[in-house]
Amino acid sequence: MVDFLFYLFSLTTLLAAGTLILTRNPINAAMLLILTFVGTGALFVLLGAYFLAAVQLAVYAGAVIVLFLFIIMLLDVDAARSRKLHYPGLIAGIGVGGLLVAGALVLFKRGDYFTLATLRESVLVGASTRSYGVELFTTYMLPVQMAGVLLLIAMLGVIHVSKRTRESAEEEASHRK
Amino acid sequence: MEVFNILWITAKAFVVIIVLLSLSNLAILAERKVSGWIQGRVGPNRTALPVIGAIPILGTGLTRLGLFQPLADGLKLLLKEDPVPDHVNKFYYFLAPVAAFIPAVTAISVLPFGETVRNGVPQPIVLADLDIGILFIFAVASLGVYGVILAGWASNSKYPFLGGIRSSAQMISYELALGLSILPVFMWSNAPGSGAGLNLFAVVQGQEHIWNVFWMPVSALLFLVAIFAETNRLPFDMAESESELVSGFSTEYGSFKFGLFFLAEYAHIVVGSGVFTVLFLGGWRLPFIASYFSGGMTGAALSVMVFCAKTFLVVFLFMWVRWTLPRFRYDQIMKLGWTVMLPLSLLNIIGYAILLAIWDGM
Repeated sequence: MVDFLFYLFSLTTLLAAGTLILTRNPINAAMLLILTFVGTGALFVLLGAYFLAAVQLAVYAGAVIVLFLFIIMLLDVDAARSRKLHYPGLIAGIGVGGLLVAGALVLFKRGDYFTLATLRESVLVGASTRSYGVELFTTYMLPVQMAGVLLLIAMLGVIHVSKRTRESAEEEASHRK
Repeated sequence: MEVFNILWITAKAFVVIIVLLSLSNLAILAERKVSGWIQGRVGPNRTALPVIGAIPILGTGLTRLGLFQPLADGLKLLLKEDPVPDHVNKFYYFLAPVAAFIPAVTAISVLPFGETVRNGVPQPIVLADLDIGILFIFAVASLGVYGVILAGWASNSKYPFLGGIRSSAQMISYELALGLSILPVFMWSNAPGSGAGLNLFAVVQGQEHIWNVFWMPVSALLFLVAIFAETNRLPFDMAESESELVSGFSTEYGSFKFGLFFLAEYAHIVVGSGVFTVLFLGGWRLPFIASYFSGGMTGAALSVMVFCAKTFLVVFLFMWVRWTLPRFRYDQIMKLGWTVMLPLSLLNIIGYAILLAIWDGM
């Protein structure tokens, strides 16, 4: 039963992710991204990491993609305009993807990082709220703090970029006249 | 044995969903009756079944109560002609009602609605007693917004589109306050050494002496307002706002597809009221009664009935507010969400953290 479910959800996730890259319609892409996240969440459940699964659904499928859809709809991203291949993006995508695959391969080849036991242990941290919280505030304290600082910097950047100063508002008003 | 187990669980889930849908239907009827009373009308009181409706006192009484009305409504929605406008995106147009309906009924699976005693240990009556209970409900409920957004977008016409856009902005804004407002409840149920996590049964067990609503009124109020926003109820019904947007996101929908949206809305209300009951109104607990006498079947049935009664009181509150308050403007909703609800819920958490630290220190 578990094997069957594993193959089912893996297949769903992979198919959705593959189609997501190839599709031209931004709405389709967003919906397929949801399917990918739901599939990953289901895989977390099969591993016993219920907390991670719920967070995956609540944060990524539930909130982040809603924002994506909101932007796609509000800006009315044209499906036809994005039809042209964007070469720098393509090259960057292939490059980053290749690096990720190479990194994973090296880690798997070394064998002492990714044994089944360590993997299981690291996933089971996400089994319950308590174990996850304890790990976050002990073992992973530094990464958490660093992620927090990164997010703060990003937020400041967004505020700076999107804030309308008095001069720019006046300029806009004079343009409108 | 495994197959039997799966069948047994499926059967239980089936029963719970049937009950939830019947309660949602009852809630629809209650809405029509309550709105009638509030506006000085009588509400539906004419629909009668052929044979049962003719029984002298019982039949006419049920007819006067409008109890046959949901049946007639459901049949009408099922059998009506189902027009599909030419300008819609067919795939997402058909997907949207399903995407709205499934999360609404899935959320019930971790909500405990009663208590039974097995081998001297109190057990919740629930489909899945998860450690992450409330997080699961939030995760699934947050998927419900896609029904509204997709309906608005796939309809490919102006009013539904505006409804979908407004509703997605509103949902995101109030989800933050919704999640933050209940943290004090779980800080309370996770007393040192209890290991309760985000389990909902533990929350009810922790309200043995005093309901959370009395000792965390700010949390309860914030949560209630956020639930109103998340279920798209007046005064927050940005998705529909029928005085501005015809019928909002569901303008282009008819017959059974509209029925699914309608049912999903009321299932959301029933589940949301259930969650409020569990978190703040002591679940199935009554004041001054430690447990349901000796437990057993009667005790379990009694606890479920108490829970349902409390839930329906909260559902009544939903309706009372809807027919009393006018709708907010869109910018007012955004302002309330980001400048009042969010800071207030953060302050609330900090306040209770200090309070609990002092409490535990004593």
